[in-house]
Amino acid sequence: MNKSIELHINGERKLLEADPEEPLLYILRNDFALKGPKFGCGLHQCGSCMVLSNGEASYTCRIPCATFEGKKIQTIEGLSQNGKTHPIQEAFFDVQAAQCGYCVNGMIIAALALIKDVPKPSEKEIKEALSKVICRCGTHSRFVDVVKKFTSTT
Amino acid sequence: MKLLKTNRRDFLKKSGQLLIGFQLFPLLNCTTKEDELHAIYNGIPERPHLGRELIDSWIRLDSEGHVTVLTGKKELGQGIRTALIQIAADELQVDINRCHIINGDTGQTANEGYTAGSNSIEGSGKAIRQAAAEAKFFLVQLASERLDVPLESLTIKDGSIYAADNRQVSYWELLDGQYYKRHITGNAPILEPAQHQYVGKPIPREDIRQLVQGKAHFVHDLSFPDMVHARVLHPPSYGAQLEELKKDKITALPGISDVLVDGNFVAVIAEREYQAVKAWEKMKVIAVWEKPSIETMPSQLFSDMRKHAQKPEVIRTDPKTISSISNAELRLKASYQKPYHMHASAGPSCALAKWTEEGLTVWSPTQGVYPLRATLSDLFSLDPEKIRCIGVPGSGCYGHNGADDVSAEAAIIAQKYPNKTIRLQWMREDEHQWEPYGSAMILDLEAGISADGYLQAMESNLWSDTHSTRPNGQAGHFVSARHLEKSIPFNKRGFSGGAYRNAIPLYIVPHYNLYLHNYEGPLRTSALRGLGAYANIFALESFIDELASLAGLDPFVFRIQNLQDPRAIAVLEELRDKTNWASRNSQENKGYGIAFSQYKNSAAYFAVLAEVELSSDKKSYTLQKLTGVIDAGQCINPDGLINQTEGGMIQSASWTMMEAVSYDENGILSRDWNSYPIISSKDIPVVEVQIINRPELPPLGAGEAAQGPVAAAIANAVFDCTGTRVRELPIKI
Ligand code: FES
Ligand code: FES
Repeated sequence: MNKSIELHINGERKLLEADPEEPLLYILRNDFALKGPKFGCGLHQCGSCMVLSNGEASYTCRIPCATFEGKKIQTIEGLSQNGKTHPIQEAFFDVQAAQCGYCVNGMIIAALALIKDVPKPSEKEIKEALSKVICRCGTHSRFVDVVKKFTSTT
Repeated sequence: MKLLKTNRRDFLKKSGQLLIGFQLFPLLNCTTKEDELHAIYNGIPERPHLGRELIDSWIRLDSEGHVTVLTGKKELGQGIRTALIQIAADELQVDINRCHIINGDTGQTANEGYTAGSNSIEGSGKAIRQAAAEAKFFLVQLASERLDVPLESLTIKDGSIYAADNRQVSYWELLDGQYYKRHITGNAPILEPAQHQYVGKPIPREDIRQLVQGKAHFVHDLSFPDMVHARVLHPPSYGAQLEELKKDKITALPGISDVLVDGNFVAVIAEREYQAVKAWEKMKVIAVWEKPSIETMPSQLFSDMRKHAQKPEVIRTDPKTISSISNAELRLKASYQKPYHMHASAGPSCALAKWTEEGLTVWSPTQGVYPLRATLSDLFSLDPEKIRCIGVPGSGCYGHNGADDVSAEAAIIAQKYPNKTIRLQWMREDEHQWEPYGSAMILDLEAGISADGYLQAMESNLWSDTHSTRPNGQAGHFVSARHLEKSIPFNKRGFSGGAYRNAIPLYIVPHYNLYLHNYEGPLRTSALRGLGAYANIFALESFIDELASLAGLDPFVFRIQNLQDPRAIAVLEELRDKTNWASRNSQENKGYGIAFSQYKNSAAYFAVLAEVELSSDKKSYTLQKLTGVIDAGQCINPDGLINQTEGGMIQSASWTMMEAVSYDENGILSRDWNSYPIISSKDIPVVEVQIINRPELPPLGAGEAAQGPVAAAIANAVFDCTGTRVRELPIKI
């Protein structure tokens, strides 16, 4: 049974009719063309589907969209503002931290959620936070490196 | 310089297509606004590939100052786009920002087979360099006539050709909207490396900018207005037969457009993606299958390999080998094992397909658009000219994963449900369970050396299933073709030579035997990054280390004295110096191991040092650091080379320390990331890569160079601190 759902995504109020059980990921990708969050496992194991929900990294591949009502959802696309990319996105580009790039969404979201709580994380804390996200290309060393550089300069 | 964005119609109106034919390929599928990915490639009118010998099969210039490079090779996250653009921009002497690239599209690009075996720069790079040089040579001749000055007096800057008196004319003015059909003659001069502006520099990959912004990039991200969503219910295990599926239970669910059952092939189509997923989940519960059991259990796998392999295939034989081994002063025999490994791509395979009266279009993450087309043509008995395969990046694949299978399945569904774009994405367990794995292997090595540590003779016996079942024209290689009512059986057609890749040492061995025991194993196998080279180098470089200690020699000394190739010696020496090997920390809980190989004995040279640390209870170890030195000939993009090598090192560390596909009589047990754990950021070593650049030598494939040596270096380091040899992967103590 469809219901009307109200979501706050990247600073905008969005209304839609949807199955309240439908996980947020499909809605972001298919209804709002936000392709940044990705399907990797659908099992809360890989982190590729993550978004920021009230600033916390949240999976979206299983959690029903209705659960996100009243929360501020920010996707990787929403990080760029007024045509300016977020400094963390710049930092990822500068370090060329990607191979295939499928995991990059998860890595950026995991990094931002960490920095919000721990602005100057230790290497161990960075590794711990990024461990939520599966990367098969072995780009981890660059991801750790970017977050290290980013948090030591800002 | 900013690229001009022009749509196709404008381009045609203004014409000015240089070095390009006007005849347009009838589009099987119109590009729409929603097709975000396509817009990126949308700079030139589409036209089928007209032969490798034409310049404009590789490079096209238009009247507005764009350069378009065409390659049959796919971007797989290895940075091939940027590397090939660097080559073209240099040779054409234009600003790199003028250059676009189109990768792998049977409607447009050359047939360059598979993007595999690390040969894209060697192959496609060479062709593009040649074509760019020829295009420039032709334009310079035109300029010399136009400006009425001798050829030699002309200089070029960003596509403008200057006479000594500063009069100038640009490529685009010279071409003036005309089509010139020109062949690659081989007469055009190629620039010296010293004249390169981009090659050899760490030019950033522009596609990473898109990726960090979360822009549409992957085949998964494509969407079309007429798109519907599909999921395939794969059988629960190899060879399972569908006994019952109550279709009406599924069609009754909301949004379901159709449930397709063809033999053991089951698919559902829904308006919304989540509706398809829900239906898939339900089908999984209600479908009844008859399941044959897997006979060879993991505990018997290696003994079964020895027992049931075919008569050995003789790869190399020398009548003096056996006697030389037995007469040698020092002798050693050892046996190594590797389990099945999986590609385990981060994103499950995904493809789109549309079937109309005109034919079939497939958007695919395949490594080879032409082989895919040939195999689809076989599957549907359809003229290949009626099939267009458009390559779109997928999640990193590292070989033959589910990319081709999902493309075929999307096409099968599209045939049964025509005139709509079918988007099929695999679920996580589809990928883990159905992809073809890297084969398990046994490697028996025996050698004789002199007392002063020179190799005298060696014999290797390898047991392996095939390392290549890519669907190269044979529909039975698509996993779902076997599941159809009119099942197209899988015919292996022999075993691939990939099994003994790098089995033959680069070391000087006067007498050498190599036997390959081909084995039909219980699990589906195909090409995984490096093929047999991973296990062969693991075994050989572990064995070399064992021989070095038998001879009482330092592992660097032993290797170097048995090598002749100066480039091989150079990477080892560089590694030794860079890591201060002689003064390494000799605390007893620390272990150091090295390994070396030249990938395929013909591609990049790579040497690596692994540092491990034992836990205080000595029951486990951690990999602290990997330091690699690589010589890939002329280095096109040093940062790209380092990125790929670091990735290969970390991926190989993961294979080596923790991975093995698990299964039992009911099928595959490794179905997700918990049942098939891979390395995470917590456990990665520090990685460092040093390049030996040789701008004067041809570029060598490098993407797979690290896989084998890293495995052996870890094994050797573990031995160094435990005193115990681990000859079985994954390395546990
Ligand atoms: S897709 Fe959500 S955690 Fe993997
Ligand atoms: S870069 Fe490919 S999965 Fe991380």
